[in-house]
Amino acid sequence: MKILTGNDLKTGEVTWWTGQDWSIHVNDAVDVGDQADTILAREEAARRVNSSYAIDAERDADGGVRPGHIKDRIRALGPTVRPDLTLKPADPEAGNWVI
Amino acid sequence: MYKYDSYDQAMVDARVEEFRDQTRRRLDGTLSEEKFRPLRLQNGLYLQLHAYMLRVAVPYGTLNSAQMHVLADIADKYDRGYGHFTTRQNIQYNWIKLEDTPDILADLAKVEMHAIQTSGNCIRNISSDQFAGATADELIDPRPYAELLRQWSSFHPEFLTLPRKFKIAVIASQTDRAAMKLHDIGIRIVKNAEGEIGAAFYVGGGMGRTPMIAPLIREFVPLDQLITYSEACLRVYNRYGRRDNKYKARIKILVHELGADEYKRQVEEEFAHLLTLNIEPPIAELERIKAHFADPAFEAGASDALDLSDPDFALWVERNTLPHKQAGYTIANISLKPVGGIPGDASAGQIHLMAELAKTYSFDELRVTHAQNIVLPHVRKADLYTLWQKLDAAGLGTANLDTIEDIIACPGLDYCSLANARSIPVAQKIAQRFADNGQTGTLGELKLKISGCINACGHHHAGHIGILGVDKKGTENYQLLLGGSEGDDTSLGKITGPGFDEDGIVDAVEKATKVYLAQKQEGERFLDTYRRIGMDPFKEAIYA
Repeated sequence: MKILTGNDLKTGEVTWWTGQDWSIHVNDAVDVGDQADTILAREEAARRVNSSYAIDAERDADGGVRPGHIKDRIRALGPTVRPDLTLKPADPEAGNWVI
Repeated sequence: MYKYDSYDQAMVDARVEEFRDQTRRRLDGTLSEEKFRPLRLQNGLYLQLHAYMLRVAVPYGTLNSAQMHVLADIADKYDRGYGHFTTRQNIQYNWIKLEDTPDILADLAKVEMHAIQTSGNCIRNISSDQFAGATADELIDPRPYAELLRQWSSFHPEFLTLPRKFKIAVIASQTDRAAMKLHDIGIRIVKNAEGEIGAAFYVGGGMGRTPMIAPLIREFVPLDQLITYSEACLRVYNRYGRRDNKYKARIKILVHELGADEYKRQVEEEFAHLLTLNIEPPIAELERIKAHFADPAFEAGASDALDLSDPDFALWVERNTLPHKQAGYTIANISLKPVGGIPGDASAGQIHLMAELAKTYSFDELRVTHAQNIVLPHVRKADLYTLWQKLDAAGLGTANLDTIEDIIACPGLDYCSLANARSIPVAQKIAQRFADNGQTGTLGELKLKISGCINACGHHHAGHIGILGVDKKGTENYQLLLGGSEGDDTSLGKITGPGFDEDGIVDAVEKATKVYLAQKQEGERFLDTYRRIGMDPFKEAIYA
């Protein structure tokens, strides 16, 4: 699947395109098929996202979305060396998902 | 240390308001990201993996306690409670909001700090010896010259759009603690045969994807021509440095392609021309700057006695303190490398504490080192035990300076958008391995440096042991290098062979150290043994 990501213009937070809006949770990301360029141009122009781009991803067995490259998995979770600053601070094993 | 005059303050204040307006225009859509990006970068604001990242300049690594407190306040108020001290003697914050940035810059300006020229193709923060003004082995204090260069290079209209970024280091001792020959310009203040003080210029060094050791371009430039000669070096680069390929745009490529002799010839020609224009700042300005770097009021007759009956303190003294030029004083190094910690990171509380301790015990001065540690440069030996106890209670008393645990590591793929692999977890595992096997002390001085990509922010080329993280078909892979050095005997490490995964590289490092321990001769460091026996014994052990 092809999903879209970028950073919130004001806060810099990592965000994922949900089909209607941007979410900080990668599992909210939707497959945009061949519409990536159109959506990104529109959203950048509306300043709803910054430095956005399309990436390959896949659905895992639990229905979650797993970006294809480790860099985007780290973006999706947070720094593996600071579990307390990730989106899953209560899960010390969350970093394993990245690798 | 240097104090802003009214011109300095006015320039920085004006820049804050300029950036406030630029940020407003970016947020309201008047400025596109394409137009805004170079503006934010010139103010130190990057967009990294998780958020905006702000890099704050610490000129030649020198800070006072008021500045350090503000750095802690920023970590608390605008970030997530910590900061990261970098290999360029700066500090970075990883979780900054664009909308907060003008206020952060305003807070910095109140204590004579800024983030100007910490990014972009301009002259970056001038770096220097972290022990300047304190160490017994320096000719003179290099910081007034670093400050003069800072003032010359700040907002220099000709050098704000260079072919590529430009880094200058200034030292004044034979011992190079600033990786001087791995800078675009490395300046060593020297004394000539006539006993006059001047500057030796090394030009065209650097790390990155094409590491080079700077050749000596001129042995002696009179100090009253320092800026003029620097201007000549930059002018030739600005004129002929490549702008068609960013990977070949650094001055090291120009010097290499022209040849050091031809580059020097062109610089000398430009220098002769510039001398006729009389661009050197007046001596009075240098004297004004020098006055800010006068020695603090050391206590005459301070005792050199130390009670070393506490073994933990004794170990810290042995590893983390260095001789001071003033009897009864010492240079105290605060390691930001606790085993299992993140190299260079300090919490807001720790930063506040270091500021307080500097105020109480070090004449209000701190230094940031390129090895990502903090220095209290002027500590009375009589205060040292109390100081260490306070550091230790806050997790800042680790005794591992210049050991295999004192690892330089870039932020790597955990934070950096350029990185290909994570650096920090590798540093943590290596430090833990050697803390567990008890070999840290036995190994002695061993400088290990890790970069998460070829840009080499972690100085892997210059590590006695270097590690480079690469992307191998979407997975992290780590190459091992041996034999690098950034000291007086600067050398570039060589790759041992095929790379390793995260656990494999830790094993490989341990195997390399076992070769050293088995083969070392009396008084040899790891680097010395490597240079004597060569790569083969290490390769045989590592790939067996």
